[in-house]
Amino acid sequence: MLEGQGLFCERDDRVLFQHLDFSLSAGQVMQIQGSNGSGKTTLLRILCGLNTDYEGEILWNKQPIRKVRTEFRDTVFFLGHAPAINKSLSPTENLRWFCASRGVSDNGNIPAALATFGLAGYEDVPCYVMSAGQQRRVSLARMKLIAAKMWILDEPFTALDKRGVAELETMLATFVKEGGALMLTTHHPLQLQCPVEVLDLDRSNDEADSS
Amino acid sequence: MMNNSRMGLGSVVVATVRRELLLAFRSPGDVINPLMFFIIAVTLFPLGGGADSAFLSGIASGVIWVTTLLAIMFSMESLFRADYEDGSLEQLLMSPQPLYFLLLAKVLSHWLIACLPILILAPVFAVMLAMPVAGILPLILGLLAGTPILCLLGAIGMALTVGLSRSGLLLAVLILPLYIPVLVFGTGMVSAALDSLPYTGLLALMGAMLVLAICLSPLAIAAALRISVN
Repeated sequence: MLEGQGLFCERDDRVLFQHLDFSLSAGQVMQIQGSNGSGKTTLLRILCGLNTDYEGEILWNKQPIRKVRTEFRDTVFFLGHAPAINKSLSPTENLRWFCASRGVSDNGNIPAALATFGLAGYEDVPCYVMSAGQQRRVSLARMKLIAAKMWILDEPFTALDKRGVAELETMLATFVKEGGALMLTTHHPLQLQCPVEVLDLDRSNDEADSS
Repeated sequence: MMNNSRMGLGSVVVATVRRELLLAFRSPGDVINPLMFFIIAVTLFPLGGGADSAFLSGIASGVIWVTTLLAIMFSMESLFRADYEDGSLEQLLMSPQPLYFLLLAKVLSHWLIACLPILILAPVFAVMLAMPVAGILPLILGLLAGTPILCLLGAIGMALTVGLSRSGLLLAVLILPLYIPVLVFGTGMVSAALDSLPYTGLLALMGAMLVLAICLSPLAIAAALRISVN
């Protein structure tokens, strides 16, 4: 599904990663590991097309991603560091616009999506009165609303409580079992009911340095 | 996994405008601030320059145009700032929908929020500044065609500077030179009308600039936003 070949990225004269190869297909999980500042977020943003300062080739369904950007965007859900939630709007209003901006109708699924994340009863509360964890849940509820085939999640467990983490892990495992592809960064020890491939950015850099 | 039903591009645009208007309704500062700036700045001219109606009528169209232009420039800050800071902008750039129409919808909403109230009040202030009645219609027509151009151009500047924490002055330096043609044609229309000359030619030029701005500036805004989130 998604392949990277010989990816290289440097930032402020510091090489983040080089000769990075990976391939992720449907039904697979890839966890990107690395110390702080090793370029995990940068790699995810490069894959999403938000960051263009890189060398190497990224393939989406065997085609260069530049050529199939729209199809790629149509099937990918990206969760970044920032929650992408406007605090003056309620969860329902936020999610409704999220769906609309992607050109899909929410089909009245918003209350159900919020309920999955334990936010039943918070549909019409302005987001600024919610805690960071609850805002995170609103942000996560978006993945229940669009039929994405691939999830790219940057630190999805941030600010979630223990139960939230367990529920999200179950949800991720279900998504992968149903044929979704998942790529994520996290410092939390993952306990998924499915095999996890690890892409270690620190190691890829060390190997390249020693060779 | 569920299936989503698709929305037409029209509904996408309508939903975006609705969201922006809702946001403006929740934080009315975005509507009130440009309007208050306009009202106060225009009122200062008779106070500073004397209430001599011959003098005022001479500068009326210039005062209204320049204050409108500055009010729009100051209002640009609210266009992408919040979306940039909370990450909504990344989601917008990741949308499979054509960014062109999403951005056009955002600028259109901004025009409705920041410019329309000024446009409605402009004739009142034109009368206050002793502008002859013959000048009022060309003033309104000029503002109607010109303010969307100012919003579109301002959005390019704002998209370029949204990543900087204090972009105010840089934004002014970037976009004020681009505002000059609109200002020249806008005030030119009023003075032509006051000299009993036809002003439709100038209005047509302004309309042509508007069409050009609608066609091209969303592309520039999109490119600038992609640079800003990089």
